Amino acid sequence: MLGLSKKDTTFLVVVIFLTLMTPILLQPFPEGSVLAQFNAGYPDLMQRFAIYGIFAIGFNILFGLTGYLSFGHAAFLGVGSYSVVWMYKLLGYNVVPGLLLAVVTAGLFALLIGYISLRRSGIYFSILTLAFAQMSFNLAYSVLTPLTNGETGLQVYTDDPQILMGAGSPNSPHFFGIVMNESAKIDVGGWQFTFNNGYYFCAIIAIIVFYLSLRIFRSPFGIMLRAIKTNQTRMTYTGLNPRPYTLAAFVISGMYAGLAGGLLASMDPLAGAERMQWTASGEVVLMTILGGAGTLMGPILGAGFIKYFENIFSKINDDILHTWFAALPDGLEDAIVFMVHPFIGKGWSLTLGLLFMMVVIFLPGGLIEGGNRIWRLVTGRSRNRNTPGKDAQHHPKPTAHVN
Amino acid sequence: MSKFEINRRGLIKSGAAIGAGLALPTIFTRNAYAYVNEPKGATVTLGFNVPQSGPYADEGADELRAFQLAVEHLNGEGDGGMIGTFSSKMLKGNGILGKKVAYVSGDTQTKSDAARASAKSMIEKDGAIMISGGSSSGVAVAVQGLCQEAGVIFMAGLTHSNDTTGKDKKANGFRHFFNAYMSAAALGPVLKSLYGTDRSAYHLTADYTWGWTQEASMIAATEALGWKTVNKVLTPLAATDFSSYIAPVLNSGADVLVLNHYGGNMVNSLTQAVQFGLRDKQVNGKNFEIVVPLYSELMAKGAGKNIAGIVGSQNWDWKLEDEGTKSFVKSFGEKYGFPPSQAAQTCYAQTLLYADAVERAGTFDPCGVVEALEGFEFDGLGNGKTLYRKEDHQCFKDVLVVRGAENPQDEFHLVDIVEVTPVAQVTYEPENEMFAGGNLGKCNSGA
Repeated sequence: MLGLSKKDTTFLVVVIFLTLMTPILLQPFPEGSVLAQFNAGYPDLMQRFAIYGIFAIGFNILFGLTGYLSFGHAAFLGVGSYSVVWMYKLLGYNVVPGLLLAVVTAGLFALLIGYISLRRSGIYFSILTLAFAQMSFNLAYSVLTPLTNGETGLQVYTDDPQILMGAGSPNSPHFFGIVMNESAKIDVGGWQFTFNNGYYFCAIIAIIVFYLSLRIFRSPFGIMLRAIKTNQTRMTYTGLNPRPYTLAAFVISGMYAGLAGGLLASMDPLAGAERMQWTASGEVVLMTILGGAGTLMGPILGAGFIKYFENIFSKINDDILHTWFAALPDGLEDAIVFMVHPFIGKGWSLTLGLLFMMVVIFLPGGLIEGGNRIWRLVTGRSRNRNTPGKDAQHHPKPTAHVN
Repeated sequence: MSKFEINRRGLIKSGAAIGAGLALPTIFTRNAYAYVNEPKGATVTLGFNVPQSGPYADEGADELRAFQLAVEHLNGEGDGGMIGTFSSKMLKGNGILGKKVAYVSGDTQTKSDAARASAKSMIEKDGAIMISGGSSSGVAVAVQGLCQEAGVIFMAGLTHSNDTTGKDKKANGFRHFFNAYMSAAALGPVLKSLYGTDRSAYHLTADYTWGWTQEASMIAATEALGWKTVNKVLTPLAATDFSSYIAPVLNSGADVLVLNHYGGNMVNSLTQAVQFGLRDKQVNGKNFEIVVPLYSELMAKGAGKNIAGIVGSQNWDWKLEDEGTKSFVKSFGEKYGFPPSQAAQTCYAQTLLYADAVERAGTFDPCGVVEALEGFEFDGLGNGKTLYRKEDHQCFKDVLVVRGAENPQDEFHLVDIVEVTPVAQVTYEPENEMFAGGNLGKCNSGA
């Protein structure tokens, strides 16, 4: 279906199913139970999963396929957000014009930065993109204050023109009348599931762009990008110029980032300069590597992991710890709380850092590799078929399946 | 490799799939609550969103202490603190409307984005009915906007920008803390008597909404005295090294440096200014002076000896002699072992004011609370007689002018109160040009 092989179609269907069921899957513990703390099925976090998933999918097209490590993708995220908020201010709260503009401006921006940065590769390319992103951040933060409202962030005011706003239009971001921040809460037994319009909007866009990236991975263009990663010099010797391909990949991933930034502002009509800071660029690199660079599903998993830690672990405080360990004797309880304390609350990044180190050391292929190992352990299947050395005739090996 | 072929059957199939996907969200109806996060159980949840990292982390930690203390007092634990001295006698120590008060806390990281994400998760996940806290006006403005959209009450903590109750004011947002205009209005006469009318000022300003309005207010107040403004320079909020900004001050011909900085920013910039020898200099035949319009004990502690003799303004100080202050300092001191900062006092007062407004309105419905708070006059929360003005949701009360102590007796007596500026002197019209352009809009209960 849709020009995909049977295996990929199944894969896509599984992804669609998981995405649409997220509000139920992320709410495994009943309300009021001790573990309800770990539920993640609330609209803001689910939206972030989908949006940063899009961001990471796009980043993976550049980093995963061509191997070019950009440290400046947050700039495109910010550009996307500012475009959307400006469209709110000028036209009205419908998200469509803003999102289109976000993709276009981010694409143009990426073309400019990519054209210059791609003259170098490796570490020099990374530094160049980092420099551009930092420049954009500083411009947004102080120099272009009339355009970006600096540190306060760009917001919509009641006296903005909003020329397309009718009397009956909703007063917050909407998609032709479907208001983003409205949700339906359904109570089933002790569980409460929140189905949010904004999440489903992001989720459907995420599925579409996931499908696009699947097609890119499987296309001749995708093969070219992989060739660049494998051996650029050899590619040049065969008479192929890698520059247009890398530039195209850079622009496409920039547009993905712009779309993600636009969606952030579609869920929450505010654009802040810190979205462009280098830490935000580093975050998407972490997401991609944590999940598994070059795999289709990995970056999405990585994005989910990081956002989960940032939002759930950071909210566990000492009081909550004490209720967990209340059954233990007092001295032991205090000792355990004291030991766990640095890893929760504002120490969430420490926990994440440890996890990241473990993944890089023990699972170089990211969480996806971990999943695959477990899968092989469970099913008892091994990869003997592809093990090198047993193929005396040197048959061409099948291309590594990307999952 | 596969080809992308469009045929009739495929088109219908995928069209139906996409259509079903798009229609999915619409089959769910809206929830049946009268307003957002209506508390239905035996508890009511408040959200305390404070900076636990970044330049204002010290203030954030103190705010959180005050919130915890306020929750204890509302639930009838401890000695009740300012509930006993509060002029409104609706709070009985049995929670709010008989519901036990629970709270959740989050880290704003002093960033608008992170603060909004944290506040959103409090509203959406934890069911918070009121959000309070914040130690940066940029964050306060961003979170106030979010609360207006979501339909919960925002009781601003430490935010001093004119914009919070000026061009960015919102019907669901309330500010107890004073603002930049009031600081400047209180400081003006004191600066005149201390440093005269013939001065040239150089402004270093934190580059965000608070810094901008603080600078504008100070320039207006000092130029009215006859001072000249030599230069104004914006510094990034995240900056920690100000030496490159301070060096040019030496040869600018200015004889007063106005540091529109707060928190960690101010500690660093003041320390570096003193290290550069600014205070020992003579310019235009006058001693070089430094003014820090917004002061706090926490900053005085951070800046150490450098603070001696430097003039600024405060919302409140623990050394005041009224009953409310005394009982608050007593219960805070007994719990934590040191006196509270002004950030702690404003957050504590805001929590009590919210609880009291709910009691008087008889409902948690934000629109009822807004009505109860608008035009509310009260006393006994440490600032003397105070009015919550209806037009902009700003509290009007006395302002303190303070000065860094020359020989502090201990680490808690770092500032001396120079003068208590009466409320009449710092009051302004709601249409004042520094506050123009905003619109409260209508209260939103999210229903």
